[in-house]
Amino acid sequence: MKSVRIPILKLYNCLLVSIQWELDDQTALQFQEDLLHKIHETNANGVVIDLTSIDFIDSFIAKVLGDVINMSKLMGAKVVITGIQPAVAITLIELGISLNDVLTSLDLEKGLEKLKQELGE
Amino acid sequence: MDIQSCVNIQTEWDIVAARQLGRNVAKELGFGVVDQARITTAISELARNIFIYAHKGRVCIEKMNDKGHAGLRIIAVDSGPGINDIRLAMEDGYSTSGGLGAGLPGVKRLMDEFQIVSSQGKGTEITAVKWIR
Repeated sequence: MKSVRIPILKLYNCLLVSIQWELDDQTALQFQEDLLHKIHETNANGVVIDLTSIDFIDSFIAKVLGDVINMSKLMGAKVVITGIQPAVAITLIELGISLNDVLTSLDLEKGLEKLKQELGE
Repeated sequence: MDIQSCVNIQTEWDIVAARQLGRNVAKELGFGVVDQARITTAISELARNIFIYAHKGRVCIEKMNDKGHAGLRIIAVDSGPGINDIRLAMEDGYSTSGGLGAGLPGVKRLMDEFQIVSSQGKGTEITAVKWIR
């Protein structure tokens, strides 16, 4: 098996990421690195990570996501997570993981709006 | 009556294989989407524990049928170092790996039944069951 790269799209001053398939460890870690490089390259100050297609998140993926949000913050970019499915929200909390201080929105559209507000645009 | 399939855990790819197996069996048995996510997550955590602490082991998924009541059993077995203090390992927030893995209490909450047998230097066997509601 070989890990795949998650595409990161630039939209004005924001980056858009839609995670479309089950994340294995390597893909998740590669994504972490790719996103930070892309922020550096593009000077983006906002990121939306859409998880609509993700049907479960375990503690490892949650940790990678939480870490990349904090890392992005260090580089001056705000991250909004969108599209968390009901089943994912339920299992994350039961598992004992609460992504505190993470900006979230129901869908991509609301996520971009929230990002605009946060960036004061 | 019980049908079992197993995945050997040696690399991180095997964690993916184990949870895919679990999800497929859960789907076949007719579990709802939320329970499928619970089962998949529980398997992922248990398989990762094996990978991190014991380096190799096995995760088996069993279809169960108790007087017409269907369920799924996860059996995670390794011959690793064993768990020193099970009571401590079952406390929320306890970890010896520096925060990887939400730990066993999380898995216990996701499933209906949870059993752990561990002896130091010999290994650990964790059994967890989810019944269809």
